[in-house]
Amino acid sequence: MTHREVVACFPHIANYAYAFKYLFENGFEVKYMIPPPITKNTLELGSKYSPDYVCVPFKYCMGCYLEALELGANCLMQIYGGCRLNYYGELNDCILHDMGYKFEFFDMAAVDWHSPKSIFENFRIINPDMSIAKIVKAAPVTLNIIKTLDKFEDFIRHNVGFEVNDGEFDKTYKDFLKELESLSDGKHLKKLAKTYWKKLNAIKLNKPAKTIKVGFIGDYYTVQEPFSNYFMEKELAKFGMEVCREMNLTSTLINKEHRKSQKKAKKYAKYNLGATANCTVAEAIEFAKAGCAGIIQVKSFGCTPEIDAMPILQNIGRDFNIPILHFSFDSQTSETGIKTRLEAFYDMVEARSGKDK
Amino acid sequence: MKGYLGIDIGSISTKGVVIDSENNILAKEYLWTEGDPTGAVKRLLKALESQLKGVDVNVVAVGTTGSARKLIGVMTGAVVVKNEITAHAIGTTTIHPDVNTIFEIGGQDSKIIIIENGFVVDYAMNTLCAAGTGSFLSSQAHRLGVSVEDFGEIALTSKKPTNIAARCTVFAESDLVHKAQIGHKKEDIIAGLCKAVVTNYLNNIGKGKKINAPIVFQGGVSKNVGVKKAFEEQVGHEVIVDENGHLMGAFGVAVLAKRSGKERAFSFNVADIEFRTRGFECGKCANHCEIICVYKEDELIDSWGNKCDNGAVRTAR
Repeated sequence: MTHREVVACFPHIANYAYAFKYLFENGFEVKYMIPPPITKNTLELGSKYSPDYVCVPFKYCMGCYLEALELGANCLMQIYGGCRLNYYGELNDCILHDMGYKFEFFDMAAVDWHSPKSIFENFRIINPDMSIAKIVKAAPVTLNIIKTLDKFEDFIRHNVGFEVNDGEFDKTYKDFLKELESLSDGKHLKKLAKTYWKKLNAIKLNKPAKTIKVGFIGDYYTVQEPFSNYFMEKELAKFGMEVCREMNLTSTLINKEHRKSQKKAKKYAKYNLGATANCTVAEAIEFAKAGCAGIIQVKSFGCTPEIDAMPILQNIGRDFNIPILHFSFDSQTSETGIKTRLEAFYDMVEARSGKDK
Repeated sequence: MKGYLGIDIGSISTKGVVIDSENNILAKEYLWTEGDPTGAVKRLLKALESQLKGVDVNVVAVGTTGSARKLIGVMTGAVVVKNEITAHAIGTTTIHPDVNTIFEIGGQDSKIIIIENGFVVDYAMNTLCAAGTGSFLSSQAHRLGVSVEDFGEIALTSKKPTNIAARCTVFAESDLVHKAQIGHKKEDIIAGLCKAVVTNYLNNIGKGKKINAPIVFQGGVSKNVGVKKAFEEQVGHEVIVDENGHLMGAFGVAVLAKRSGKERAFSFNVADIEFRTRGFECGKCANHCEIICVYKEDELIDSWGNKCDNGAVRTAR
């Protein structure tokens, strides 16, 4: 392989692109392109070149790839998981090559993660001259970026509905992300994290002692990528609710919560439901126990593991006397319908919490 | 006397009621939206106004609900703009305080609302499927050459309803054609369709919900006695259909407007003012938000649809 300039790119999911960027630029020593933010155009483009009945995360990924390829990315990547996702990389790769694009594809589903040889060989797709030492050095910083992002976002989720001046959290967090783009090393990260943690904590709040909490659960992609759930966390916060969410990369990739979730969900789900559906069940139980006023499950249309979780969630709803609202998203979901149901959800949980004004 | 106006602008029909402070209905109207919500509301207001002639009532607050609630809320200066789920629940619990379940089948959507002790505790609304809705029934009535108003009565004459595939409108329709061609009687097919709508409803949005009596059935389809009977057979409880069931959303939002305690001058003259909407696609980023601007005469009074500040349209006031 000749030494062309590699420009690596992952499809968007939440704000993790900043962590990946660090890993690829400092570990693999290749360029990393943060794809353009997801927009309606991304989804339209992705849908056009995807099978109609594939779940919508595939379409988002496809749209991201296409936009990134146009801007010069030439090494695309896809993750793997416990559902159809395992085939997605292969299919993304095929479709894009059939369209005539030239690029390398790093499909994590093709790697045997128990075999160092397989890992090494597959990593060479990204950079044949990579230095393992550099990757090993960059990895902990990458994980720390992920942890910081998740810690910040969790804090925002719990508080943004109560900020005194609208938009302060948003602006502060955006500033932080901007600085992350040119992160030099772990020390720099620590400094940034400290500064911005202070800034976030200094934001004026008008938070009552007892808030209306809502648990946010669902499939791995839809629950984490705000565009794909129509910025539902923001919408919930606008009503003055506190949003609780367990699912993120820290809990799955780093803390391996998903392995414990099967045990936690055992009373309701004896077997593995596939993908992160056991997490969905376990999280619902936890949120119900923690006193959430309601739970919202978001999923992509046709997501089989999450569909399997639905009747289980209904049992949980009945046992804990907590309303659970289900949302299924496709590439053509009506925003009005979502708003109507969210509004009714808020009216309902507010009345149930006995906070009727 | 103070009056409160509630307007429910659905995709198919527009409903309006004026109530007094004791929740008595002073005027009510039901008409077709015909794809023109502002026009429908103007006709609605004219009709309500003429019903109130000679009644000493002064409308002090307006509430709007239904899918065009925002637009009509701006137009009428509403004090309450509420989603139709809450509006229906409030309206129904006002009239039937002991209600536990509300079935609602409208033109384009259907809902189930579960109520305990006067509070909504659970609800569902159909998302992707039209099989259990009024527009499906009316298109099939047309196919069978009967008017949708007679549909229910004809269904009641059937002794042996035909089984019709209920899962999907497309399958239901081809099944219906097939059953007609092999010689099933028209009234049996019509009764079968009523059953199919109910089966679809209970299997989709009613799934997993605690359906307890008293049950109130609302929405345009509740006027169909065939569907009402099919519901009673399948859930095993009596199903109450209110004379004003189709107006419950409008009634509920009128009650909410009253409860809000806010008052804002309203005049039926709104019907004579020209309201215009203009939609355009914002080109400031790749989201291409569809932005709607509402004009009163030539003054821009409100706009919405933008996802970010780039697309914000400044209004004159």
